[in-house]
Amino acid sequence: MLHLLQKPLEAAQPSRRSFLKISAGTIGGLVLAMNLPRAAQAAAGDGELVQPFVHIRPDNTVIVLSKHLDKGQGTATGLATLVADELDASREQVSAEFAPSNPQVYANTLFGVQGTGGSTAMANSFMQYRQAGAAAKAMIVAAAAKDWDVPAGEISVSNGVVSHASGKSATLGELAGLAAAEDVPAEPVLKTPDQWVYIGKSFPRVDVKNKTVGAPNTYTMDFQLDGLLIATVARAPRFGGKVKSFDATEAKKIPGVVNVLQIPNGVAVVAKSTWPAIKGRELLEIEWDDSAAETRSSDVMMAELKDMTTKPGLKVREDGDIDAALEASARVIEEDFDFPFLAHGAMEPLDVAISFDGENAELWLGSQIQTIDHNVAATVLGIPFEKVKINTLWAGGSFGRRAQADAHPVVEATTLAKAMRADGMDAAPVKIVWTREDDMAGGYYRPMSAHKVKVGLDENNNVTAFKYTIAAKSIIKGTPFEQMLMKDGVDHNMTEGAHDTTYAFPMMNMDQAFQETQVPVLWWRSVGHTHTAYVMETMIDRLAKEAGKDPVAYRLEMLKDDPRKVAVLKLAAEKAGWDTPPADGRYRGVAVHKSFGSYVAEIVEISFRDDDTVKVEKVIAAVDCGTPINPDNIIAQVEGGIGYGLGAILRNQVTLTDGVVEETNFDTYEPIRMSDMPEIEVHIVASNEAPTGIGEPGTPPIGPAVANAIAAAKGNWVTSLPLAKNGLV
Amino acid sequence: MSVTLKINGETRTLDADPESPLLWALRDELGMTGTKFGCGIAACGACTVHWDGVAIRSCQTLVGDLDGAEITTIEGINTKAAEAVQTAWNELDVPQCGYCQSGQIMAATALLAETPKPTDEDIDAAMDGNVCRCATYARIRKAIHLASDKMEG
Repeated sequence: MLHLLQKPLEAAQPSRRSFLKISAGTIGGLVLAMNLPRAAQAAAGDGELVQPFVHIRPDNTVIVLSKHLDKGQGTATGLATLVADELDASREQVSAEFAPSNPQVYANTLFGVQGTGGSTAMANSFMQYRQAGAAAKAMIVAAAAKDWDVPAGEISVSNGVVSHASGKSATLGELAGLAAAEDVPAEPVLKTPDQWVYIGKSFPRVDVKNKTVGAPNTYTMDFQLDGLLIATVARAPRFGGKVKSFDATEAKKIPGVVNVLQIPNGVAVVAKSTWPAIKGRELLEIEWDDSAAETRSSDVMMAELKDMTTKPGLKVREDGDIDAALEASARVIEEDFDFPFLAHGAMEPLDVAISFDGENAELWLGSQIQTIDHNVAATVLGIPFEKVKINTLWAGGSFGRRAQADAHPVVEATTLAKAMRADGMDAAPVKIVWTREDDMAGGYYRPMSAHKVKVGLDENNNVTAFKYTIAAKSIIKGTPFEQMLMKDGVDHNMTEGAHDTTYAFPMMNMDQAFQETQVPVLWWRSVGHTHTAYVMETMIDRLAKEAGKDPVAYRLEMLKDDPRKVAVLKLAAEKAGWDTPPADGRYRGVAVHKSFGSYVAEIVEISFRDDDTVKVEKVIAAVDCGTPINPDNIIAQVEGGIGYGLGAILRNQVTLTDGVVEETNFDTYEPIRMSDMPEIEVHIVASNEAPTGIGEPGTPPIGPAVANAIAAAKGNWVTSLPLAKNGLV
Repeated sequence: MSVTLKINGETRTLDADPESPLLWALRDELGMTGTKFGCGIAACGACTVHWDGVAIRSCQTLVGDLDGAEITTIEGINTKAAEAVQTAWNELDVPQCGYCQSGQIMAATALLAETPKPTDEDIDAAMDGNVCRCATYARIRKAIHLASDKMEG
């Protein structure tokens, strides 16, 4: 995901790229000063309090406007929790809606643009949404004080009821209209943690009801509009391929197909509904021009990556003359690792709907970086930013897939809308639907990578030097994020979790090398940590073994300067009963990793089935993500993060044969299923630190913890993923 | 070709290509979008509905085969098991992205109708065809046991 957390200052500066050009980002409480003018409030309806982050309606409903996409990670509920707590609203009256696209008001304060990623949603909103709730409450109290002619200081608000000792009382909704006339306090007084009623306790998810009854218009896939046409797009089977020629004669014979149009990245079949759009596309005859396409197979690409790790690369970290230090060591352990391309495989395939009348455009999608989607739409359509409206809908998963730097689904939808107009079609709204095959074979993968590690040891098996080289395609290089996120040509996303390790190595050098390929790559739940955690945590286990030490004891020794990591490791070890041996036939493995500001330790217990395949029985996790806002959601995200990571390391890979993707659906890219899912226990460390991410940090430790458990049983570590390649699944 | 069947207790006539999947007839012809499109090859279970009470994948069920069938979708389930399942799902905050949950609920409801006290092995067998990419499986399992308790009570 977006990894701007590391560099908030740079990130807050708008890019020079035209489509990222926005006015200066707004930080924290400054937004409160930008409350809507009175006239706008009046227009919003009598009796309603309309503020950028919260609306209180006369019917006593409180709507929290989520500036972030909720793709399952629970952010909308988290933001609602913050507002409800400071406002002292009741659980039942609070719901959430997505905010409009407006980078001036709704920027992620760590990005400078409106967007969700890098597990930053709660971290960047914690003060902002609490201030919004506190400001609204202050306005309600001020209004009640005037109305009842009592001092504001004598009024209390609890569970949605405003009251005074005189016996006067009212609901938030009853006072909303009067409150709208009050000034917005510049610095509303926030509660102290001991006064919190929801934060750190519980607040039920605001989206569960709709998601258990199949409510309409929840997801883009279900979005309906009068006259909405459905389009599928035949895209090049090889990345970088282009249409040479096509024949749509047979496709147009399918009842329901209304048009077939070439767009820059393929051929679109526009139909009255989905089935004819799918069937029509099957009948297209297209000749592709692969002259500029990636035509290599993934094993050839991997051989290139492995070769790159044998040569000096770009310096990411350089503590000293590492080759001399290795030379001077008593012995050197060398290990090579390789990781495959991974698809995100969100349950809802990509989709986007657009309505464009030549002057105004409206889009509906699970928009993860609204500012990019918005700017790209305006740029492609050739209309002003203000003439584009982005409607964010709930997304059926993302795991990074919807956070593209190039907004390619929006490019496709807007170019199609233009092509339809140019072809004389009426201004009909259209939705582009991706099938599972489109989604999975469509690229934007977690990059495949090769890793080489050399560790020098002295006579007592203490580490003397740690040399680590990674080769992969950069997610950042060549994208609009490059100037924000790359420094001196180095992509720190690729090496995060390794170059910044807190293991006490006397010397560590790290290089990276970039593969050039047309295969598009993207952040996948926990980004660089998906591979670095595996390498670091399996190597540490191996080094513990070389030193003849217990894996937990060795880590604690090597992590002396990282008390929060030590704390989660100790907690997980205690809860897992690490000091007592596992039952017969059970093997344990441990891993601890920091990502997105949060610390997670996981201890797994595995067994082997009769055919010697691995069964992950149990995972004990300990997590420190700063102040816990919604503990049950933290548990849910760690459970899900473990499952997501486990599925990938068990058996997932995307491979290419002569440039064409082999795994195009859930039959060949077999996801984790119910019977694979271990029992999971999540323990949360009590903390007063600022809240940090939780959507991603549960994922990195599971792979190495399982690999370490396998090594505990078999004596060696898997270095080529997935486990299925090693006969273990 | 027109096919007459019952959907959620109502008699409906579909004027559709007999080779078209029930999934798209539900979603596009009838506007019932609670049944989801996930894979199109019966590998994920997001499109699960009931045919005469049995959980089936609507993406691989052709409209032409459904004359006289009784189909129930997430919009129409109202049995004791369904109520218990939906309540348990809410109490345990099971969904994350939620996209697969219509299918999960339809599969769980069919399981409980057949096996009111399922074991973990029963749950594995009945639910393995329903993918959840958010991996809410631990909570789905708990919620099925909770729903089972609720049906008893």
